Amino acid sequence: METIDMQAAFDPEFVARVQAESGQNLALCYQCGNCTAGCPYTFAYDIPVSQMMRLVQMGRREKALRARSLWLCASCESCTTRCPNDIDVARVMDVMRHMARRAGYAPEKAVKSFWDCFLDSMRKHGRVYELGLVADYVARTGRFWTDADLGPRMLLKGKLSLKPHDIQGKDEVRRIFERFAARSGS
Amino acid sequence: MSQALTYAYYPGCSGLGTSREYDLSTRAVCEALGIVLADVPDWSCCGSTPAHTVDHVLSAALAARNLAKVEAMGRDTVVTPCPSCLTNLRTASHRMADDSFRERTNALLDAPCQNAVTAKSVLQIVVEDYGIERLSRKVVRPLAGLRVAAYYGCIMNRPPEVMAFDDHENPMAMDDILSALGADVRPFPLKVECCGASYGVARRDIVARLSGRLLDAAADVGADMVVAACPLCQMNLDLRQEQINSANRTSHRMPVLYYTQLMGLALGIPEERLGLDKLCVSPRKVLRAAAGRAEAAKAQGSGA
Repeated sequence: METIDMQAAFDPEFVARVQAESGQNLALCYQCGNCTAGCPYTFAYDIPVSQMMRLVQMGRREKALRARSLWLCASCESCTTRCPNDIDVARVMDVMRHMARRAGYAPEKAVKSFWDCFLDSMRKHGRVYELGLVADYVARTGRFWTDADLGPRMLLKGKLSLKPHDIQGKDEVRRIFERFAARSGS
Repeated sequence: MSQALTYAYYPGCSGLGTSREYDLSTRAVCEALGIVLADVPDWSCCGSTPAHTVDHVLSAALAARNLAKVEAMGRDTVVTPCPSCLTNLRTASHRMADDSFRERTNALLDAPCQNAVTAKSVLQIVVEDYGIERLSRKVVRPLAGLRVAAYYGCIMNRPPEVMAFDDHENPMAMDDILSALGADVRPFPLKVECCGASYGVARRDIVARLSGRLLDAAADVGADMVVAACPLCQMNLDLRQEQINSANRTSHRMPVLYYTQLMGLALGIPEERLGLDKLCVSPRKVLRAAAGRAEAAKAQGSGA
């Protein structure tokens, strides 16, 4: 078992930041493990969600923000729903994911690429253009065979549109992203 | 005659593509029930999961652009078939109840959102506003003999403070609808377990495991089909069923229908209007078998 040096890695600013951005009182977590028990993703996580909560309490910024778990949380809300102390655990995970992104950490690159492609697609068209999204994802990740088995079948079923669904207000949507980028940059 | 139920309608991006049949059957069923759906003009994507993984204000703004459009329509309720859209619309409203959050959200928008609109799922309005009793009187082709597992997915009812509908551990809305349609609703213990969500593209192994477990459980309870309410769940379970089978060495041939498609069948709406042909695993065989079982039961009943 890993021994944690509780003095060396404590980053009080990190604790305060997660607390402020998530609006949650992190001290309420007493490690009952209910979140981890109900989390369908524990099998894929490097650090289970209850331990992620403990890492924040201990101010272990680097270890928490570099976790793969942050990129594998689907926000299924089991943890939030079942926390006996009403901590919005999924929101805490989301907030740490925002921080990890800002710090440039993304150990699950394919997952981040997929999300980035999704947002780019909606920024461009106002709505998601699924075929374009997948093409963009393949170009970015080099994963040429991604769902190559599904594409033809979906086309045949009329489930993939060949053309994007551009909306009249797509510039409004683009401006939402631009204002957000400007605000984040300042 | 009471006034028709009328709502602003937000189809969601998948309704234009991967869940075409959900949108088709929702519209057909609402029309048959006399529920009027007025499309939100020029609606945009709600941001889904990717937006809230980046920032909560950005995510709220993408949802709020649509809520503002509903306000401009003069409506106070918007309905959507998609639980992911619903979550984003409701979470945005929930957070915008805080003035400073609403200000930061509106600062990203061309036209501000007053936060005066309530978002509900189509499932919710069918159960709460239309009513199960009234629905059962509209059934012309009961789904007798059909054994179903009602699968709600993870976020239709969670977290309860935000979604404010049904039970968050054991929801019953779809069970009640399907029972009213005459189906044999099996107790399904994984009703609210996650299917693997949008990880099918980047981490297929996750979906194979989680959706695989759902298919196994549905088979275990003796269901002929899974009935879904979420486009992503339906896609994972149906479109990816072969991927799941080959990853898990299983051989499921489990049809996965939207509850609105079954409502449509029971209401006597022609199949082509319900998009049954868009399903990957065809439901024809199990529908025929169920009809056969119902016939046999009837014959036995009248013979006795």
